[in-house]
Amino acid sequence: MSVPHDWIPAATPGVAAPAAPPREHVLAGLRGTDDGPDLVQLLTPEGERVECPAFDGHVADVDTAALQALYRDMVLVRRADREATALQRQGELGLWVPLLGQEAAQIGAGRALTPRDMAFPSYREHGIAWCRGIDPTELLGIFRGTDHGSWDPIATGFHLYTIVIGNQCLNATGYAMGQRFEGKVGGPDGQATMCFFGDGATSQGDVHEGFVWAAVYDAPVVFYCQNNQWAISEPTERQSRVPLYRRAQGYGFEGVRVDGNDVLACLAVSRWALEECRTGNGPVLIEAFTYRMDAHTTSDDPSRYRLADELELWKLKDPVERVRVHLVREHGVGRAFFDGITQEADALAERMRAYCRAMPDPGPARIFSEVYAEPSPVLDAQRDAYLAYAASFDGAPVEGGAR
Amino acid sequence: MTAPVTMAKALNDGLRAALERDPKVLVMGEDVGRLGGVFRVTDGLQKDFGEQRVLDTPLAESGIIGAAVGLAIRGFRPVCEIQFDGFVFPGFDQIVSQLAKLHYRSQGRTPVPVVVRIPFGGGIGAVEHHSESPESLFAHVPGLKVVACATPSDAHWMLRQAIECDDPVIFFEPKRRYWEKGEVADTAPPLFSSRVLRPGSTATLACYGPMVRTCLDAAAAAQDDGHDLEVIDLRTLSPLDLEPVFDAVRRTGRLVVVSEAPSEVSVAAEVAARVQQECFHSLEAPVLRVTGFDTPYPPSRCEDDYLPDLDRVLDAVDRSLAW
Repeated sequence: MSVPHDWIPAATPGVAAPAAPPREHVLAGLRGTDDGPDLVQLLTPEGERVECPAFDGHVADVDTAALQALYRDMVLVRRADREATALQRQGELGLWVPLLGQEAAQIGAGRALTPRDMAFPSYREHGIAWCRGIDPTELLGIFRGTDHGSWDPIATGFHLYTIVIGNQCLNATGYAMGQRFEGKVGGPDGQATMCFFGDGATSQGDVHEGFVWAAVYDAPVVFYCQNNQWAISEPTERQSRVPLYRRAQGYGFEGVRVDGNDVLACLAVSRWALEECRTGNGPVLIEAFTYRMDAHTTSDDPSRYRLADELELWKLKDPVERVRVHLVREHGVGRAFFDGITQEADALAERMRAYCRAMPDPGPARIFSEVYAEPSPVLDAQRDAYLAYAASFDGAPVEGGAR
Repeated sequence: MTAPVTMAKALNDGLRAALERDPKVLVMGEDVGRLGGVFRVTDGLQKDFGEQRVLDTPLAESGIIGAAVGLAIRGFRPVCEIQFDGFVFPGFDQIVSQLAKLHYRSQGRTPVPVVVRIPFGGGIGAVEHHSESPESLFAHVPGLKVVACATPSDAHWMLRQAIECDDPVIFFEPKRRYWEKGEVADTAPPLFSSRVLRPGSTATLACYGPMVRTCLDAAAAAQDDGHDLEVIDLRTLSPLDLEPVFDAVRRTGRLVVVSEAPSEVSVAAEVAARVQQECFHSLEAPVLRVTGFDTPYPPSRCEDDYLPDLDRVLDAVDRSLAW
């Protein structure tokens, strides 16, 4: 294993864990470790590069230009996220799921993936989508209600968003089993799968079953848990007594906690984990320790359940700002670069706005299409009957009724 | 009677009354505590009854139902909240394999008085898995009782009655009606009974949940055309209480069953089958169904076409009358 043993704290022999640790111990265990010795960090919140012998090698190629590219990714993804949030507020989208605060966790992981790899997102992975070449405009249909996902999952190597919590962990495991069954593990053209989910999902049976299956079949899957501390209103201590990355131990594979607000560390750990999988040492669990800076969705009101102090604390760990500071101080990157990115972000936002407002409704025939791979006379008949009925209104606006 | 309240508030009051009345009643689900539920149906309950009675559970529906079964065996009366219709399926195994069968398997020695509250139905412009009508799946399972409320008063009383029921009850709440207001009556009819909401003579509409409002509106609109429609709120989907429907069909000769769910092998299909069996000689036209289509729930920009509305109900009435 290419990771030192001290990432996995050894249990003290003969010392049983207390049956029920007091709440403050649980909290300390879950929250207090974010800057503890078990957290992989390469870039401090202040933008200082710190040595990390276990993982430095995985980002040795990241020069100024590469760092600038990561910065650009994060800024553009954040801007797309803010624009979509605004579009929801303006009534153009029914809902939006903000990623604010999780840019580094997603760009680091997303940029570690190669085109040969496969990714299974949850529904907040706008940054991963970006890295898979999916334009932010392509995400809008899900939230405007015109489609359930507009991209080709196979062609992009990016599965459709999964909204039922944790379902995709088993799907990703199965996909990764297939990669192994087809001999794509262990060779020079090795492949891997990355599965994205949150801290809340770690309670779901599907996630645990995914861990079991992946372990039993040596599936080349990286389970990438973005622990953003909140499952809607429930803090992580509602889901676990132990830091989430330690769960991996019980299933028999490696677990690592990475500073989820450090894009360089997320990239390094993800590259390492994917390489482990491609070479036959999978699965791997990564816990990207981050924070959901905005609401769960635009329908949520976090002021009902969490303190503003916590948010203020995490603002100091902003994933974008630390890279900006680092680029300025350590790489002498000047203002022109940052201004250029800002202009690019403005243009992206404008493009999203225009695209969103021009999106056509799918029309009623979409209801009946593609339900089955084979033709469905039953649905064809339902479609024809409904379209004839709708046409009987002769272009007059359909009466609203009580719907 | 009270001042008009929203259905969400009526449910909240119902839960509060149940928690006050019986110390064994528990409320459990995702975000039901401090947040008060994503629809605020459990608002303030954890604050007043504590974390031992109103449980913010881990994010696991199988866990919610399975643990509720265990608590029920131990003598508690858990009221589970499933956040949205489409999220109940991780818990479906526990519902079908344990909750539904335990009383039968134990020959009555272990009743499982669990209520599973599920906000259901569409019409709110939501993303996938947030607008489904899976009630027929549950109504098909022997051992479960399945009800759907349509008004604040029924929401309040039916929930209290469901909590007092010794059988497991799957309790469907029409989420798009959560914010519609109505008075809560002082008493309620029995839980497992349907109810005539509007007597009529031309044709009968049988409906439940979110479609009750739609059918009442349709009946009001039909009045202008000289049609006098009877509207029956089924309320209980398993067991069905169809005597009022049979009675109405014998008088009107025509029946339209209205539901948001897909129609194949559904509650609506069962109503149609039973009516043709019991009222064959009274029927002037085949029983018609106005339902969602036999497809997955579509993207929300299509839902106005997918969901039965006033016009589709009246179109079916016209077809029945023209038979």
